[in-house]
Order: sequence, then C-alpha cells, then structure tokens
Amino acid sequence: MKRFIGFIQKEFYHIFRDRRSLFILFGMPIAQIMLFGFAITNEINNVDIAIFDQSNDTTTEEIINKISSSKHFTVKQKITKEAEIETAFRKGKIKAVLNFEKNFDKNLTKERTAHIQIITDATDPNTANSITSYINAILQSYQQSINKDLKIVFQIIPETRMVFNPELKSVFMFVPGVMTIILMLVSAMMTSISITREKELGTMEILLVSPLKPFQVIIGKVVPYIFLSIINAVVIVLLSIFIFKMPVEGSLLLLGAESILFIVCSLALGILISTIAETQQSAMMISLMGLMLPVILLSGFIFPVSSMPAPLQIISNIIPAKWFIIIIKGIMLKGIGLTFIWKETLILVGMTVLFIVVSIKKYKIRLE
Amino acid sequence: MRTIGYIIQKEFKQIFRNKGMLPIIFILPILQLVILSNAATYEVNNIKFAYIDFDRTSTSRELIEMFNASSYFNVLDEFPSHKQASSAMLLGEIDVVLEIPNYFERKLIKEQKGELAITINAIDGAAAGVESSYINQIIQGFNQNIKMKMLDPSKQSIRPSIINSTPAFWYNPTLNYKTFMVPGILVLLVTMITLFLSGMNIVREKEIGTLEQINVTPIRKSQFIIGKLFPFWIIGMGLLTVGLILAKVIFNTPMIGSILLLYFYTSIYILVILGMGLLISNFTDTQQQAMFIAWFFVVIFILMSGLFTPIESMPRWAQIVTEFNPIKYFVEIVRMVLLKGSGFMDILPQFLKTLAYALIMNALAIWSYRKIN
Repeated sequence: MKRFIGFIQKEFYHIFRDRRSLFILFGMPIAQIMLFGFAITNEINNVDIAIFDQSNDTTTEEIINKISSSKHFTVKQKITKEAEIETAFRKGKIKAVLNFEKNFDKNLTKERTAHIQIITDATDPNTANSITSYINAILQSYQQSINKDLKIVFQIIPETRMVFNPELKSVFMFVPGVMTIILMLVSAMMTSISITREKELGTMEILLVSPLKPFQVIIGKVVPYIFLSIINAVVIVLLSIFIFKMPVEGSLLLLGAESILFIVCSLALGILISTIAETQQSAMMISLMGLMLPVILLSGFIFPVSSMPAPLQIISNIIPAKWFIIIIKGIMLKGIGLTFIWKETLILVGMTVLFIVVSIKKYKIRLE
Repeated sequence: MRTIGYIIQKEFKQIFRNKGMLPIIFILPILQLVILSNAATYEVNNIKFAYIDFDRTSTSRELIEMFNASSYFNVLDEFPSHKQASSAMLLGEIDVVLEIPNYFERKLIKEQKGELAITINAIDGAAAGVESSYINQIIQGFNQNIKMKMLDPSKQSIRPSIINSTPAFWYNPTLNYKTFMVPGILVLLVTMITLFLSGMNIVREKEIGTLEQINVTPIRKSQFIIGKLFPFWIIGMGLLTVGLILAKVIFNTPMIGSILLLYFYTSIYILVILGMGLLISNFTDTQQQAMFIAWFFVVIFILMSGLFTPIESMPRWAQIVTEFNPIKYFVEIVRMVLLKGSGFMDILPQFLKTLAYALIMNALAIWSYRKIN
C-alpha cells in the first residue's frame, strides 16, 4: 500500500511540475465555457438583408420600416435591378432579399392581395427557414393591423407553455454540451497520453519490473486525473450557475455523483485507447480525431438526435457523452431524480465496466 | 534542394511505416465525412406528440387527426391526465402535449371562440421554436377549415386585405442539410489532420531526442522546416481531393464554382495551419502540451466558425474574435465557391486575409524556431 501511495505521489509530481500543461488543463475549460456560453447561439439575430422594392410606395415603406426595426434584421442594401440579387448573394454579405411586386399598394387596396417574394440564401437551410418564418410573422402582424376593423370569428387561441426553458435560451442547450465535451476529451486524452508516454520513453519497462501489480500501475496513473477532472467539473458547474444562471432544479449531490461516474467512464476509455496505441502520437490522434467530431455531432450537443436518420440514432447509443448530456439536462433543468435517469446511469456504469474489462484483457505485461 | 528532398523522403517513410497511424490519417477522416455529415441536421421531425382530450367530440378528434396526418409529428397514445403526461415529459418520452379542454366544441359553436393548451419541452430552445411554429400552422389550418364550415360566405361583406408571400430558397431549393454540411465537415477534417500532425511532429523529435541529431547536421533551418511541413501539405491536399470526390459521388453535393479556385485557396490555407502547427511545436516541450494547445484552438475554431451555428447571431465581440479564425474563412469560401459559384473577385476579402494570416504565421514560426536548445 505504501508503495502504491508513493507511486500516486510520483504521478502528482509529474503533473504539477509541468506548469504549462497544468495551466492549459485548468484555463482551457474556463475559457471555452465562457466563450461558448456567450457566443454560440442558433437564434437568428442581426441578419443582413436587402430590399428590392419595385413599387416604392407608402405601404412598402411601412413594411420595410417594420422589418428593419426588428432585432432580427438589418437592412443593408437597396437593390434596383433584378440581376443585382445574384451578385449580392455571391459576395455572401446578404442572407435574404425581399422582392416587392410593382404597384404593391395599389394591388393591396384594389385587388385586396399584394405579393412579396422572400428570396433566401438557402446554402444554410436552417437560417433560410428561420428568416422566412420571421419575415412571415412580421407580415402577418402588419396584415392584422390593416385589417383590424374586420370582426374576427371562430378564433382558436392556442396557449403555448415552454417548460424547462421558458425563455428559449440556447445557453441551456450548450452549457451541458460544452461541459460534457471538455470532461470527456480532457479525461480520455490525458490518461491515454500519460500511459503511452511511459511506453514511448521506455519507463514503462521500469514500472513493469517493479513490485507494483499492473492494475496498481494503471490505477495510480488514473487517480490524479480523477482529481483534476473533478476540479474542472466543479468549476464548470459553478460558472454555469453563477454566470449563465443555469438552474439546478435537482440534487447537487446526484449531479456530483453522475459527473464522477462520467469522468471515470472517460478515463477508462482513455486507458483502453492507451492499450491499443503504441505511441503518444497515435493515442492523441485516436482520442482527438476519433472522439472529437463524433462527440460533438452524435451526442445531441448541437443537433437533436431524434431528427437523425435511424442508423445514426442507433450509433449514437454507443457515445457515452449522449447519456451524460441527458443526465445533466435532466438534473439541472428538469429537476428529476435517480428514479427517472436510472437507465442512463446504468448504461454509463456498464460502459465503464466494459472499458475496464477490455483494457485488462488487452494490457500487456511483457514487452515485445 | 537535394537536402530538402531527403528530409521529405524520410518524413514520408516515417508516416507510411507507422502502421498504427495510417488508418487514423487516411481512413478515419473519410469515414467521419461519410457518416457524420448525416448527423448534422437542424431539421425537426419525429416530434413525439401526445394529447389529453377532455372534450371527446368529433371536432377534437378531427384536430388530432390533423396532427396524425402531418409528417413532422409522431402521435403517441392519449394520456388520461396531466400528471401522467408531465411525468412522461420528465422521462423524455414525449416532446409536446396538446390539451383539449372540456366543452371545446360547444364553446366554439356558441361563443365562437376556442382555447387549446400546448406544453413544449423547451430545453432545446431552437427546436422548441420550430415545434411551436409547426403546431401553430396545423391549428391555423384547422381553424380555417372550421371557419369555412361555419360561415356563410355571402354574409361576409368586406374581404380582408392579404399580403401573399412566397419563399424562394436559392442555391438549395430542397433545403438539403447535407449540401450545407458536407463541404464544412470536409474543411474541418482537412484542418484537424494537418494541424495535429504538424503540431506534434517536431515536438516529437524534441521529446525523443532526435531533434538534437538533426540540429548538429549542416541542414539549414529553412530546409528542415520545408522538408518537415511539405508532406503534411500533400496529405491535406490529398484529403481534400478524396473528400470532394466522395462529396460528389455519395452526397451529390453541387459544385457550381471553379474547383481550381478552391484548390488554389486551399493550398494557401493549409500553409496557415502548418505555420500554426509549427508555432505550437516551437513553444512546447512535450507532445502532450502540443496536443492540448492544438485541441484548445481547434474546439474554439470549430464552434466559432459558422459551421454549425450562424456567426451573425453572435454578440459583437464574438464576431470580432471570429475574424482571427482561419476555419471561418475556409468554411465560408468552400460554401461560396461550391454552392453559389462565387468567383475570385467575390472571395477576394477572405482570400487576402488568409494570405496575410499565412505570411504572419509562418514568419513567426520560422523566427521562433531555434536550432540551439
């Protein structure tokens, strides 16, 4: 036991002596969560649009004023010829063009129907869709204001309640995701590197001939990183509560326990990677190239899993981050307890056990 | 020149001898491009929809039938009470609950007014907004039907004024997400591979101690750097080529603009990334440090590139930060050239910024590289 503690001590020394890595380790999660918490949003704001007004009358002017006074749009450009639309889009500055037909006002009063074309740059389908629906909403409200003398009959009024996130803040969606990515990548990367490093530098041989058992070597390597990751998790949770005003509806204790479970799971994955990789280079490439994009894309961090094609939904089940994101959102935003998330928890436990068992099987005690 | 040739030869041999790395460099990115491009969609469908029908009339059934008919909604069973519905929502089994109150039909006929209560799980705010607008569309359609049925058209004296709007989705009329995502993800993969490999390369020689051996040879600094980085430049360009072919064959991504222009831009862009990798190499002692720094920048670059979330929605200061993000320029250009057919003059501002970036990065990298420890 004393030997084992000595070994853990050595690992701590290694980490604390490397000031630069330590600085990155703690500074990075903080910088990232601040940056992303404030900057990433999939709301549509300040979109630059252009106007192609072939009518130039009071009604079109009123509508243009309504649109430019909304926080979603900035009218950047007036277009006078149809050919200019294409040029504006190609330069990439303008995301949409509003095309008012000729005699707009006259048509509206005489024929009671006037026509607008909303041309969007649909290379980004999401933005194009949102722009169209926002502009339609503005047009609708304008239409209501000019028709207000008419009696409305048989009106059905839906009353919509947005639960768990009434203001539709995208921070609520992104903070749990960023936290998961940071914990997952930092933990998996750190362990996989620190073990392969000993292999590459040749010091693994020394550890293997020492009286320490192989599993003690591994655990000794992992313990310091568990501490570091827990500190990271605490810092991230504190930031999300105090800076981003994320609620913690559920139990903090449960949140802590689940985070530790996820950290252990990621570390186990790191150990598994290190048993496969021979050099630090391949360990890092596996944990960076192999994990980064799948974790960002398949975990439900940015894109909803339920909208993905069925095969990808099945693949997403093997991403531990997916389950952890469900768990943190559940605890922080919905305030649910273990009775609701026991299934997700069990899956994470199962994955952790699997990673550890496979690593032990693959762990080579002898050098080739 | 011959010296550079030998170094390049050595680097290529090292890359191809490392059997563990080969699949990571060549197969993993391709696999990810093919698989993950399908995952990146903001489309909202398969909405898990449940209802509580207290009214139980033909009108309420008709409304539910309309949700059934919509392709966006996946109508699940009816819930008898609020309590059961909200516990199902906590479990994540349902996204939306529609509640039709008692006497819905009777009130609609007598008071000409109806009310409905909708509850949406809004943790994903953007999806919730879309769901809400789908629901409103269906309810409006339903409302329109009822008006038609109940009202006598001859009694309506004045017709309302209507502003008709038609959307036109240029460059991507079917709103296909893959068209949008495939070029972007390709950019990411090219960037990640070249940055990670170049960032780790020299620091690896430092850590193992072989850099000292090279330092005592008469190889000049510039020769060494060019010899080291050129293989990664080739790998990056190769990856772009394979990726473009796959994008065409598998995803049928439109390629309207000049591919040559794209290659020309990429050849300069990769220099930015290689310079950055070299710079990281120079300021770190171990591969671990180098990777942490590379990882730090890559995550920021990816999420602030406009690839997944629009840049114009970011706060002002964040938009200024994105000006320093090379991936942002590449993502913009690949989409502009491939999807919109933008020409050289259209991409000139981004092109010049990238060029300046490449010059500064490489100048810094070469200046900070020391042959002496």
